[in-house]
Amino acid sequence: MHNSLRQPLNLLWLQSGGCGGCSLSLLGAESPDLLTTLQAAGIHLLSHPSLSEAGGAGLHQLLQAIIDGDMRLDLLCLEGAVIQGPDGSGLFHRLSGSERPMRDWIRELAQRAEHVIAVGSCAAYGGITSGGGNPSEACGLQYQGNKIGGLLTEEFRGRAGLPVINIAGCPVHPNWVLETLLQIAEEELTVNELDDFNRPCSYADHLVHHGCPRNEYYEYKASAEKSSDLGCLMENMGCLGTQAHADCNTRLWNGEGSCLRGGYACINCTSPGFEEPGHSFTRTPKIAGIPIGLPTDMPKAWFVALASLSKAATPVRLKNNAHADHIRVAPGNKVKGK
Amino acid sequence: MSRRIIGPFNRVEGDLEVQLQIDDGRVSEARVTSPLYRGFEQILQGKDPMDALVYVPRICGICSVAQSVAAAHALADVQGLTPPPNGERSGNLILGCENVADHLTHFYLFFMPDFAREVYRDAVWFPAAEARFRAIEGSAARQVLQARAEFMHLLGLLAGKWPHSLALQPGGTTRAIEIQEKARIIAILSGFRQFLQQTLFGDSLENVIALDSAAALENWAGQAAPTSSDFRHFLHIADDLNLQNLGRAADQFMSYGVYPERGRRLFTAGIWNGAAGTLDQTGIREDISHSWLHQQNRAKHPFDGVTLPSLDEADAYSWCKAPRLNGQVMEVGALARQVVNAHPLIRDLVAQSGGNVRNRVIARLLEIALLVVAMEGWARALRPKDAFCAQGKIPEDAQGYGMIEAARGSLGHWLTIRKGRILNYQIIAPTTWNFSPRDAQGAPGALEQALIDAPVRDGEKDPVSVQHIVRSFDPCMACTVH
Repeated sequence: MHNSLRQPLNLLWLQSGGCGGCSLSLLGAESPDLLTTLQAAGIHLLSHPSLSEAGGAGLHQLLQAIIDGDMRLDLLCLEGAVIQGPDGSGLFHRLSGSERPMRDWIRELAQRAEHVIAVGSCAAYGGITSGGGNPSEACGLQYQGNKIGGLLTEEFRGRAGLPVINIAGCPVHPNWVLETLLQIAEEELTVNELDDFNRPCSYADHLVHHGCPRNEYYEYKASAEKSSDLGCLMENMGCLGTQAHADCNTRLWNGEGSCLRGGYACINCTSPGFEEPGHSFTRTPKIAGIPIGLPTDMPKAWFVALASLSKAATPVRLKNNAHADHIRVAPGNKVKGK
Repeated sequence: MSRRIIGPFNRVEGDLEVQLQIDDGRVSEARVTSPLYRGFEQILQGKDPMDALVYVPRICGICSVAQSVAAAHALADVQGLTPPPNGERSGNLILGCENVADHLTHFYLFFMPDFAREVYRDAVWFPAAEARFRAIEGSAARQVLQARAEFMHLLGLLAGKWPHSLALQPGGTTRAIEIQEKARIIAILSGFRQFLQQTLFGDSLENVIALDSAAALENWAGQAAPTSSDFRHFLHIADDLNLQNLGRAADQFMSYGVYPERGRRLFTAGIWNGAAGTLDQTGIREDISHSWLHQQNRAKHPFDGVTLPSLDEADAYSWCKAPRLNGQVMEVGALARQVVNAHPLIRDLVAQSGGNVRNRVIARLLEIALLVVAMEGWARALRPKDAFCAQGKIPEDAQGYGMIEAARGSLGHWLTIRKGRILNYQIIAPTTWNFSPRDAQGAPGALEQALIDAPVRDGEKDPVSVQHIVRSFDPCMACTVH
C-alpha cells in the first residue's frame, strides 16, 4: 500500500545505556532532512527524547497506553544498551519519574511492537557500555556481545515476525537508520535482508575497505607509521577496514568523511564485541611481523605471499607519500622538495 | 505544601529527574537526580592510555569532540607535547564546529519549543512562536536541521565524521588539510554565516558581537520587528515573561578557558563572582556525600578520586558527584565563559540580573557569533603542507590533566598512568558542576539553587518554569555521570 494511503506508522524512540550519539548523528540526515524523510515515509513520531515536546507525565501516559494496548506501536527504536546492573536489578537505569528499571519498560514495550529496532551497537550487542569489566552489566536487546540472547531471548520476534533489527554502528550513519525505516514502511524488509548478526544487509554486506581512498597504499603494503601519514593503516595503525561490515567509504559521513578519510583506523564499530579488541585499538597486533587480523575471506598464505611480492614492487611515489601527511610525489612526477 | 517528581525531561541530552517541594505556588526545595550509571571511569582502568581516545568520546554523543579534546590534552600533558600551529587551528575548528552546532541545536530544538506549549496559548506572541518553534512541526526545525547538517560537513572534512572521531590526537589532528580543502572549509563557513545573519540574528555577526551593554541590546532588539529574526523573537518573549528574573543560582561562574592559540586562549580561564579571580585546579574536590557511591571520609581531588557505585548509601539521591572549587558551588556554561572572558554585554547583563534563563541563552547566541568569526580566522590561517600532528611517546608512569570547555561548560579529565596502563581516570563534566546534588555541608548544586522560587501554576504537572530553568543550562546528562 502506498504510504499516503495507509495509517501513519507510530514510532517510539527510547534511550537507555548509551551516549545519545546515534540520535545526534541522525539529526545530520541530508537530502532530505530527518523530519522530511520521516514524513515522506508516513512515520509519526510518538516520542523522541531529543525532538518531542512532551516528557514527564505525558510520556508515562504514552508508555502505559502502549502497554495496555490502547496505542498502536509499529516501530520501537532503542538507543543505548539495556542496563541490568547492579546485581541484575536494573537499577543503574531507572526511568525518571518511575520506580521501575528502564529494562522492565523496554521488555514490556517490545512485546507490543510490530518491529523492534536496536539503533547502534550498544542497543544491538552491548557496545562500548559493556566495555572493560562491564560495570553496568549492559547487554543488547537480543544479543550479549556476539552471543544470541540479551534482554530478549533468541526466539523473540516482533509482531511482524522479524527478530530485533540490529542497526549496529558507533554511531550509526543517519541513512542506515532511515533507509531501514523506509524499507519497513514499504513492507520490503524481510529476514532475508538481515545478515548473520541481524544487521540490515543494505549496509552490512559491504566492507569498510570498499572505496577506501588508501586502497593503492594497501595494494602495495605502503603503510602509515604514525598519525596523519597517508599510507595504509592496516599494517601498523590497527585498521580493521578489510574485515568491518559497513559501507562507510562508499556512502561517506557528514557529506565528505569516513574514519579512513579522517586519517585514523576503522575500529570495526558495527561488529559485536568491537569495544574489547584484546589489544590497543590503534596498534596492529602482529606475530612474527605479520598482522594477526587478516582481510575477511582471504587465505593467510596467499596474503603473506602477495604482501611480500607487492611490497617489493612498491612504486617510489607510494613509499614516499605513505610516510607523509600530504602528497609529496604526484603520479608520474619526481620527488618534490617539501 | 506538596511534593512532586518531574521526569523524564525530553530535549535535554540524557536522563534527568527533579524532585520538588512546592509551597504557595513556588518551589521551596529541589533535588536533582541523575538516574543512569554506566561506569566509564571503571571501564578505562587498565587500558592502554591511547585507547582513552576511543572510549571517552563515547561518553557523550553531543559533547563527543569535547571529550576527545580533553583526553588529548591530558595525554599531551603527560608527554609534554604541543601540537604544531596547524594542529591547534584544526583542533579549534573541530571543537568550534561542535560547540556552535550544540548551541544551535539547543536553541532551536531543545529550548525554544517550550514557548509553543499550550500553557502559553493566551500570550499575544503565541501564534508566531508556535508557527516558528513548535517541536517537530514548527518552521524552524527543518530549516535548522539542514543548515546544521551542511555546517557539519566541516567535521566530515576535518575529523572524518561526527560524533566519535579519532582525529583529535595529543599532538594535533590526523587529517592534514590540502589547499583545495581549505577553500571548501572557508566556503562552508561562509554559507553558514549567511544562515546565521539572515535567520538567527537578522544582522551581521560583527554587529551582534559589538553589542556592549544591556541598553545596547535593548536598543538593537527594538530596531526591527520581533519576528524579523529568531534572536529578536526570543528577546521579545523573554521580555514579556521576565525571564531575567527566573532561574538565578549562586552567581559564581567558572571557565577553564578554551581554544589555544600559541600559548594564549580565545576564551580565557578564570572565575567571576562580581570580580575576576584566577582558577587553580588544585582547589577542585568531588564530594560524594549524596551520591550512590561507596562513601569515603572526605571530598577528593580528581587525581585521588574513586568511583565505586553503591545503592546502600543513606543520604544518596543521584549517581552524580558534587564537584566544588575551594568548597564553592560553581556555575559553568557559555554565560560563565563570556563573563569570565569579559565580554562587555555579558558583564553588564550579569551585573544587572545575574545568571538567569534569559542571560544564559543570550550568552549562547553571542558565542555562536564569536566562534564563527574565530573559525573563519583559524581556517584562513591553515598552512597546507605544514605539519598537522606532532609525535610523542606515552611514559610508563605519569600523571596529567586536560581542562577545556565543552559547549555547556567546563570539562576536565585527570589521568594517572602506571606501568604503561591507565591506573585512574577521573572525569568532571559541565553538567556534573551545574546539576550536582548537595555536598557534605548541605549546599545544593547550581540547578537546585536556581529552581528555588520558580512559580508553579495551578494544576501544572510539569511546571513550565521548571522546564525553562532546567534547559537554560543546556544540560548533558550523558556526560554528567558517565
